[in-house]
Amino acid sequence: MRTVVLALGVAAALALQATLSGMMIGHTLAVNLVVVAVVYAGLAFGAVTGALAGTVGGLAQDALAGGIVGIGGLSKTLIGFVVGVLGAQFIMSGVVARFLMFAAATVVHAVVFEALSAVADGRMFALRWSSVGLQAAVNATIGVMVFWIVEQGPEVLARRRARRAAFSKRRF
Amino acid sequence: MTALRRPVVLFAALMIGQVLLVSAQVQSKSGVRVLELVTFEMFSRVERATSAVVHGVTDVWSNYAALRGARDENQRLRQQVGGLQIQLQEQRSLASRSERLQALLDLKTSADVPTLAADVIAGNPNPGVRTITIDRGTADGVMADMGVIAPAGLVGRVIGPVARHAARVQLIIDRNAAAGAITERSRAGGMILGSEEYPPLKMDLVPNLADVKNGDQVVSSGVDGIYPKGFTIGAVEKVERRGGLYLTIAVRPAVDFGSLEEVLVVMVPPRPAQHDEDIK
Repeated sequence: MRTVVLALGVAAALALQATLSGMMIGHTLAVNLVVVAVVYAGLAFGAVTGALAGTVGGLAQDALAGGIVGIGGLSKTLIGFVVGVLGAQFIMSGVVARFLMFAAATVVHAVVFEALSAVADGRMFALRWSSVGLQAAVNATIGVMVFWIVEQGPEVLARRRARRAAFSKRRF
Repeated sequence: MTALRRPVVLFAALMIGQVLLVSAQVQSKSGVRVLELVTFEMFSRVERATSAVVHGVTDVWSNYAALRGARDENQRLRQQVGGLQIQLQEQRSLASRSERLQALLDLKTSADVPTLAADVIAGNPNPGVRTITIDRGTADGVMADMGVIAPAGLVGRVIGPVARHAARVQLIIDRNAAAGAITERSRAGGMILGSEEYPPLKMDLVPNLADVKNGDQVVSSGVDGIYPKGFTIGAVEKVERRGGLYLTIAVRPAVDFGSLEEVLVVMVPPRPAQHDEDIK
């Protein structure tokens, strides 16, 4: 069940990323939803799931992007695994800790991806730190929000349902 | 210990597998990758569907949610204004689309080369790689390395693999893109390259003594065998004479890539690039 949910999550992130890119052609899109999905998998389900999510999401993203297939896979497998290991070693239930983890993972991913592209594609290492910083902030915000929705969402819905039920009892 | 070893072994296996995958591709770059072709073919359909859903939701949101702010207004007036606004938005959208299609039709008629109109259905999921996906593929006769243009000027070229009903287009502003170019006024020849900087185009290989000024129009020269000759690429924004053999020229693209919705594919198969001797 977890595998299916995770696969659907990564596929949805990929589709949404492609669609958002299509709406912002010519500009640098300051979000990488596949990275968000991989880091979420690593933090929520552990290193193995994080690494697998990174492999699947990265390879699919590479195949769609039209470059060398495996560079994104490698970088995302790495961050999925490392985030999973760190998530098991440290307490990652706080908003700040999660925000920092998402942001750091985004920066590491960008550096590894660019370095591998430079080595494999034979081009210059040209990373725009302002873009990476913005992407890290946006990714971290989205990641923290996803955690909040998954953890608090059902509880908020149940509370609202209970309040409605109590209100209807009082009236009738 | 075993519990810790298993994830590490799996991680190592995944990393080694992908390193081998990357190595294999770097050694044989010319072949079309089956994984890429199949994934692109399948995913182009998903992209088309998600693009339709997201555009639908965006339209509903802008038409409905924008009106929710007027709740405090008198209900009759609000309904009337809301109705008029929706009509106005529809008319504006129709007018804008008509204008774009008219411009595309004008270009199609005036261009000497056969063209095929296509809709942009998605961008690239990898931030930093500037490509788009169009809704025409091998079923419509589209091939890799065909040029893609818009009413404002040159857009890019089709890159392989091409699916049956979709193709990927590398924009001219992508850092790996290049095209033969000349300035319209002084006919100074060089090469246009995509760049990460702003403006996102550079003109390279223009001799230091060439007559190039700010505001000069840059058009395609046709020597690359991909792009038809004479299509606008952009305007010179900055010319620097440094110590080397060539000028450093920054070019502002003519096409607004942020609002690209329809394009024309130049239906001429690519020919080998011309060398200097051929041009002479």
